Amino acid sequence: MQIYLPIAELSVNVFLLLGMGGGIGLLSGLFGVGGGFLMTPLLIFIGIPPAVAVATEANQIVASSVSGVLAHWRRGNVDFKMGIVLLVGGVVGSSFGVWLFTLLRHIGQVDLVIKLSYVAFLSVIGGLMFSESIRAMLRRRTQTLTKRHHHYWIHGLPLKMRFRKSRLYISALLPLGVGFVVGVLSAIMGVGGGFVMVPAMIYMLGMPTVVVVGTSLFQIIFVTANVTVLQAISNQTVDVVLAMLLLAAGVIGAQIGARFSSRMQGDHLRGLLALLVLVVCAKLTFDLVATPQDLYSLIDTGNHR
Amino acid sequence: MKQHTRILIGVLAAAWAALAVRPAAAAEDLVVDLSAPVVAITTGFTGADLLLFGVVGGPGDVVVVVRGPARNETVRRKERIAGVWVNRDQIVFEQVPGFYAIATNRPLNEFATPEVLFDNQIGVRSIELKPKLKNLDPIEVARFRDALVRNMQHQGLYGRQPGNVTFLGNRLFRTTITFPANVATGTYGIDVYLVRNNKVVSWKTTLMTVRKFGFEAGVYNFAHRHSLAYGVLAILIAAMAGWLASAVFRRA
Repeated sequence: MQIYLPIAELSVNVFLLLGMGGGIGLLSGLFGVGGGFLMTPLLIFIGIPPAVAVATEANQIVASSVSGVLAHWRRGNVDFKMGIVLLVGGVVGSSFGVWLFTLLRHIGQVDLVIKLSYVAFLSVIGGLMFSESIRAMLRRRTQTLTKRHHHYWIHGLPLKMRFRKSRLYISALLPLGVGFVVGVLSAIMGVGGGFVMVPAMIYMLGMPTVVVVGTSLFQIIFVTANVTVLQAISNQTVDVVLAMLLLAAGVIGAQIGARFSSRMQGDHLRGLLALLVLVVCAKLTFDLVATPQDLYSLIDTGNHR
Repeated sequence: MKQHTRILIGVLAAAWAALAVRPAAAAEDLVVDLSAPVVAITTGFTGADLLLFGVVGGPGDVVVVVRGPARNETVRRKERIAGVWVNRDQIVFEQVPGFYAIATNRPLNEFATPEVLFDNQIGVRSIELKPKLKNLDPIEVARFRDALVRNMQHQGLYGRQPGNVTFLGNRLFRTTITFPANVATGTYGIDVYLVRNNKVVSWKTTLMTVRKFGFEAGVYNFAHRHSLAYGVLAILIAAMAGWLASAVFRRA
């Protein structure tokens, strides 16, 4: 059964979209990530224009984050104060990101920047996660304890704030900066940024793992909402029909994934996710480096629609 | 004698009148119509077929040319920089038809010379595609032009092979025009040519429209006319859906 997407302006099989939504939802429930970093490349792969894929994915992430944050909020695992500071940085970053995106779209380099950002971030995050999970598996065997709080130069920055829930007393510049970077990524790459945000919160801010996911989801709602509105205004590329289809299957997949995930070991899960990230990264790198079938292309500059 | 002269003059006049009228009659001897003047893009749209039919007044070959709404099109060429393929050179072409297809009753080269085809812009090689900037290297322009046509063909928007015009008897003809799902909205021009002795002796232009209808049109227009409201609504729908999913699965 085909459905015509009014903004993407093409006709796609409904079951393909539902399958993609469900499959990525399953992975996201299993690994506790938003899945945007997998969904956006996949949408581009099936022929959705990159600009529409990025903007629509931001809209979909609003829904999946709302659904996720409610569960964490009920368990009291959201640090709202930290979330709001991250969010201030995130809104500024994502606004800058949408502006940058529009500019790149006009000069015709948006596809390249989207792909390069993906390769850069996926390889770094995938590599770090993979080595970390290997080390964790080895550590569990040797049973050594590691120190959780490290002190770097970043802890000497001004504007210190107390975050009770996270049991932290750190400079507000730190979460503001993290929020900004993730905001830019979210606009350019069409991701929630959880896969960057979560490690940054744990390793850079030193937040306790329990509140990390909930807080990350909380701020992602607002950052992706900001991206959705800004993309809708400046590029008219948010396809609600596409977003709704992905979302409907996504939430179901996520619930099934979450149930599976409780039966698996954390290190193994992270190791698998790292592998998945590296596979996506390898595919994107190959596409950038391999000689394209046609060196010439028509570029959607957004001027003629 | 006078009478004979009068008759002769009368016959000559009649013959001359018949000859003089002939081209005018030829212009009239092509009648064309479509099965529907509008292609409607609705939720289930996967492309559409339109039936074009007509009558020719005399012998000749029929060529049908369908042209989509024109727009500027930017063609870019990739170059390898530090191992990565990057878009570098570009040429903007003006007034590029967003759709182009032809149909004939027999292969074009059997009844028309390249000059005639070129003059009437029949066939992808004859479409007039002018770069926006003047004084460009003509060899480069030709390369980019070919690439433009190739990409449009790849997207299914320009026909690779002419379609078939079928004659039912000597006068009545019909052909099917196929529009793919990614067809652009707007006004389409359909030119029907009657070619006789390597000359276009008659032609007719018919217009038709491709439009989004109902829900699809509503969403598209809303997104373009009230972008802010559309964005806010998209977020509200997403937030509601998220909340609903969470509520349903908590109970289950």
